[in-house]
Amino acid sequence: MSLLYAVFVAPFVDMATAPAFFVEVLLGGVFAGLMYSLVALGFVLIFKASGVFNFAQGVMVLFAALTLVGLMERGAPVPVALVLTVAVMVALAFAIERLVLRPLVNQEHIILFMATIGLNFFLEGFGEMLWGANVKRLDIGVPDESFQVAGVLVNKLELSAAITAALLVAVLAVFFQRTRIGRALRAVADDHEAALSIGIPLKTIWVIVWAVAGIVAIAAGVMWGAKSGVQFSLSLLALKALPVLILGGFESVPGAILGGLIIGVGEKLGEVYWGPLVGGAIENWFAYVLALAFLLFRPQGLFGEKIIERV
Amino acid sequence: MTAQLEIRHVSKVFGGVQAVNRVTFDVNQGELVSVIGPNGAGKTTVLNMISGFHHPDLGSIVFEGTDITGRAPSRIATLGVGRTFQNIALFRGMTVLDNLMLGRHVHMKTGVLAGMLYAGRTRREEVEHRRVVEDVIDFLEIEPLRKRVVGALPFGLQKRVELGRALAAHPKILLLDEPMGGMNVEEKEDMARFVLDVNDEWGTTVVLVEHDMGVVMDISQRVVVMDLGETIAEGTPVDVKANPLVIKAYLGGKTGAKTWAGRRGTGDRIDASTARRA
Repeated sequence: MSLLYAVFVAPFVDMATAPAFFVEVLLGGVFAGLMYSLVALGFVLIFKASGVFNFAQGVMVLFAALTLVGLMERGAPVPVALVLTVAVMVALAFAIERLVLRPLVNQEHIILFMATIGLNFFLEGFGEMLWGANVKRLDIGVPDESFQVAGVLVNKLELSAAITAALLVAVLAVFFQRTRIGRALRAVADDHEAALSIGIPLKTIWVIVWAVAGIVAIAAGVMWGAKSGVQFSLSLLALKALPVLILGGFESVPGAILGGLIIGVGEKLGEVYWGPLVGGAIENWFAYVLALAFLLFRPQGLFGEKIIERV
Repeated sequence: MTAQLEIRHVSKVFGGVQAVNRVTFDVNQGELVSVIGPNGAGKTTVLNMISGFHHPDLGSIVFEGTDITGRAPSRIATLGVGRTFQNIALFRGMTVLDNLMLGRHVHMKTGVLAGMLYAGRTRREEVEHRRVVEDVIDFLEIEPLRKRVVGALPFGLQKRVELGRALAAHPKILLLDEPMGGMNVEEKEDMARFVLDVNDEWGTTVVLVEHDMGVVMDISQRVVVMDLGETIAEGTPVDVKANPLVIKAYLGGKTGAKTWAGRRGTGDRIDASTARRA
């Protein structure tokens, strides 16, 4: 009886008695969730347009952050370093299309997936070779301080990161739905052969999606890096993005966003309010257990396409 | 006059199988030419080589004076070569309207950056393309389907939408791979009428690969017959039908002639449109 009370009643009583704290936890969850969404978004973009599950997305985040910090350490002001990093990620997209995707065109998806695992190791090593392996501090000019709004502590860094992420997501949504390139991207995602027959060049489209995924990786890298330092563990973000993708569906941009938010908020609330019951660390497994539940009951995710084979 | 499309000695081998062997034929501006032959004759491979999906091992393909042998499919499409596929290649998750608008892709001028901004000029261009697409929709009588998702449409209508997407590009030449495959009699009649009208009214050159002999013999001006990767006959429908090599390829023997006549059944129904053409 007391267990039932502790699980189903006490946490909500806690939430109601300290609403300001509850909102703070919620905001923390939203922030973490948006970060997961950004990483997941990189996966979704590439998967939609080329059917490739890009194992290297997490390392691309690390690589982008390393490049940015490296450039700043060498004296480049933030805007210059940012522009240069974008250029590096676009160049990387060209290189990947030319050296990885083009030679493997028409291969099985599993082969392309293996190729991205290779890419993962390459980028990891290459990034550390260029910029060094030690943990670096990334200072983008926004202080990691909090201010109070109506009794709620809001972190400036988290707030600006959340706004940037939201803007980026909105721009991408418009880009995909409204523009001719966006429509061509969706077309390629739908059917390669048909896209070619109406004059959409696959190579150009691949470069564009990998470049966009690279830019999304910069955003994710900057935000996580500013929060917790630029280090190897950034690439493990990819692991957190997996449950987000399972929740949202591999092909859905809104799914990636919502999935990220659900997991971010869920794990923070779980940790703070239910954590003591099981001795904490809910944050570490919540996402995976939720993903498991989805795999059992709704494998296509919240927004994913249900695969129906007509026979 | 040189032909609009010149196919010269093209050959293609797939893993030891000679799919196409030294095929040569011309297609003139405004013509409606059919390529027929038994299964495995290499008809689709020839279409795939024209549109760049396969690259010939030997030989050349010249379209309007430009050598297009071995070019990428998207570049060949840009030159004005439109096509449909045997197994329907549509953007199944998108609406009919989106599919047709994508057909306009080769005519969209705005670059990557301007396209991202979706303003002013881009928007005006979009309106212009929409007008062209609406004409195609009227022409194919698919007005009620504009907002329907393609994947959910019945087979016959999907074939029609696929034709529409190719037409939206206003191609100079249209390659149709079995546009009537798997259709019932009414659907075939409709499709035959559309193909004839495109050829007649729009002046678009048509290369048709089709199994329905009745339809082929009724609507084609010229027929190229292939068997085992080679062209075995070429000429008007009447000539080709009387050619003993063709009869042999199709029916494997002299008793064939009778059965051949029997095949005409389905085609007689569209005689009206043929009469109008004459």
